[in-house]
Amino acid sequence: MKSTPRAPRKATAKARRQTKVWDLRLYVAGQTPKSMAAFANLKRICDGHMAGKYHIEIVDLLKDPALARGDQILAIPTLVRRLPQPIRKIIGDLSNTERVLVGLDVRPG
Amino acid sequence: MHKGFMAVERAHPKVSYRSRGNQSGRRVLKGVEKTPTGIRGVDEVTGGGLPKGRSSLVCGSAGCGKTLFALEFLVRGATEFNEPGVFIAFEENEKELAQNVASLGFDLPDLVARKKIVLDHVRVERSEIEETGQYDLEGLFIRLGYAIDAIGAKRVVVDTLEALFAGLPNEGILRAELRRLFVWLKGKGVTSIITGERGEGTLTRHGLEEYVADCVILLDHRVINQISTRRLRVVKYRGSLHGTNEYPFLIAKDGISVEAITSMGLDHPAPTQRVSTGVPRLDGMMGGRGYYRGSSILVSGTAGTGKTSVAAAFAEAACRRGERTLYFAFEESREQIIRNTASIGLDLETWAKKGLLHFHAARPNLYGLEMHLLTMHEQVRELKPRNVVIDPVTNLISVGDELEVQAMLSRLIDFFKTRLITALFTSLTAGGDDVEKSEVGVSSLMDTWLLLRNLEHSGERNRVLYLLKSRGMAHSNQVREFRLSRHGIELVDVYVGSGSLLTGAARMAQETRDSAEAALKSRHVALLRREAEQKQRSTEAQIAVLRTALEAELEELNKSIEQETLNFQATARARQAIARERMADKNSGRAKASKGSGRGNTK
Repeated sequence: MKSTPRAPRKATAKARRQTKVWDLRLYVAGQTPKSMAAFANLKRICDGHMAGKYHIEIVDLLKDPALARGDQILAIPTLVRRLPQPIRKIIGDLSNTERVLVGLDVRPG
Repeated sequence: MHKGFMAVERAHPKVSYRSRGNQSGRRVLKGVEKTPTGIRGVDEVTGGGLPKGRSSLVCGSAGCGKTLFALEFLVRGATEFNEPGVFIAFEENEKELAQNVASLGFDLPDLVARKKIVLDHVRVERSEIEETGQYDLEGLFIRLGYAIDAIGAKRVVVDTLEALFAGLPNEGILRAELRRLFVWLKGKGVTSIITGERGEGTLTRHGLEEYVADCVILLDHRVINQISTRRLRVVKYRGSLHGTNEYPFLIAKDGISVEAITSMGLDHPAPTQRVSTGVPRLDGMMGGRGYYRGSSILVSGTAGTGKTSVAAAFAEAACRRGERTLYFAFEESREQIIRNTASIGLDLETWAKKGLLHFHAARPNLYGLEMHLLTMHEQVRELKPRNVVIDPVTNLISVGDELEVQAMLSRLIDFFKTRLITALFTSLTAGGDDVEKSEVGVSSLMDTWLLLRNLEHSGERNRVLYLLKSRGMAHSNQVREFRLSRHGIELVDVYVGSGSLLTGAARMAQETRDSAEAALKSRHVALLRREAEQKQRSTEAQIAVLRTALEAELEELNKSIEQETLNFQATARARQAIARERMADKNSGRAKASKGSGRGNTK
């Protein structure tokens, strides 16, 4: 199994219980190009469409393999929209912005 | 009970063929190492188990028992071989799995709590998943790896991987990842089972066999004549010998059982001890001592020839010897058999109450052949009888075809023989058929074959019994009349005089005629004898009369002789006296006179 080169990035902002806050969790397994791309894409999309109303947590399964079970993670990278309900999953490197927005249920604009 | 049995079974199948792989450490050349599945019979079919450290594919259509097979592989590994296991379930969650196998006595929650098994339900919901760009299945690998490391698993089951094809849209990525998964599993050194749904014309719907190619086991569930039979076949097994047949299997109350295979083989012992048939004269036909212990006996005949009676007599005799006997009845209920055999003086009820005689009555079409076979095996294992009666085997034909029944019976016979159980099978022959053709074609498997027949003659039917064959003993070639009475079964010599074979009333009539004739003849002889005696007596009487006459005559004669002699002497004396008187010639006269007087004195 791959070793963790360095500590994963983690968004540290606290989750705010607001109606229009996106609580997102990005599951990665180490610093793979796909993971890096996914994070960069996610950041870009969030800043572009829901600036200030999102919260990203990055989970590195290499560090915490037990967490894969909780959100039923299979594919890497997987973005889980924990809030607003219902839970949605977007798998892949998030390179297709349109699909990500549909998946996150964000109206462009 | 089950554990004890497993031990027995595992100790015993060494007799059947096995790969020379992991069994002997002496061999320099090592074949494929194997991991025993612990599933009854599967290790015999595969020659020791699944390839160790590799992946095996278990495929079959819905409801064929794939998941159960895989789960039992894990449970047996955890409980019997100390090999913990991981179960990745794509279809059912942990709770459902535990419930599904609880009926088989597998306590999954307990095994999970004891860290022997990890159950991980992977839920893939297509509607929840949006796909954007590149991804891989590292998440699955991590989960699997984590679970394996958590309990030090040696066995892994992925059930059913094909759910991924429905859940993940990109088949290209999926296939690449599956290939990677199998390589990865091999690298982990775990023995794994991948289950797959059977596809049209392919082993699995999505061609998993492309990736998992070391061992492929196909499970099948067929319904023929409304009765279902499950079958198992090892389609391929790289680097190992394996049974290539389709083996029927069962999902029994303690797991999967490819029962049949465990008792195959022709290496059972042959005891010389004999057991009574329960009919003294039948014993007599077999050298006076009855059947061999551990032999198989076939009693065949048309309807109403007394097969059940012969069987019951055998069972009764066995119970009287104090041996436990198991009676499988496929035609009559326990009560019916007891009542009916009581009418011929066989008291089965006492033995049933004493616990020596056990009945197992079931309609043949209650379940499939394999289930019957299993039930019999289980009953035999539980009760450990020394004698078994199956009455009649022919009824099983309604469940399977002739070939299947024959195969089942040969396995059953082997099973009994290895356990030294004397087994009596009755077989119904349809009227009009060749009576020497046993209905299920099993006669060649039998050691002793009794043939019962009805002979119709002068308006009545009589039962006769032949001893068609009896291996390994001198036996009578004579036909016997077979009679059922209140005192039990009697065998009577048939009438074979004057070139005809007579039974029943005709035999009795003929015997009466014969005895009348004999009486007549003996009277005639007596008459002649008396006549002879009379003749002798009358002759003797005549002889006596003659003798009396003779004696009387002789007496008369003697008297005359005496008289004559006296007369003669008197005359001589007179003459002497005259001569003395005359004195004519002194000398000559004296000499003559002395001579004469000398004679006279002697008289």
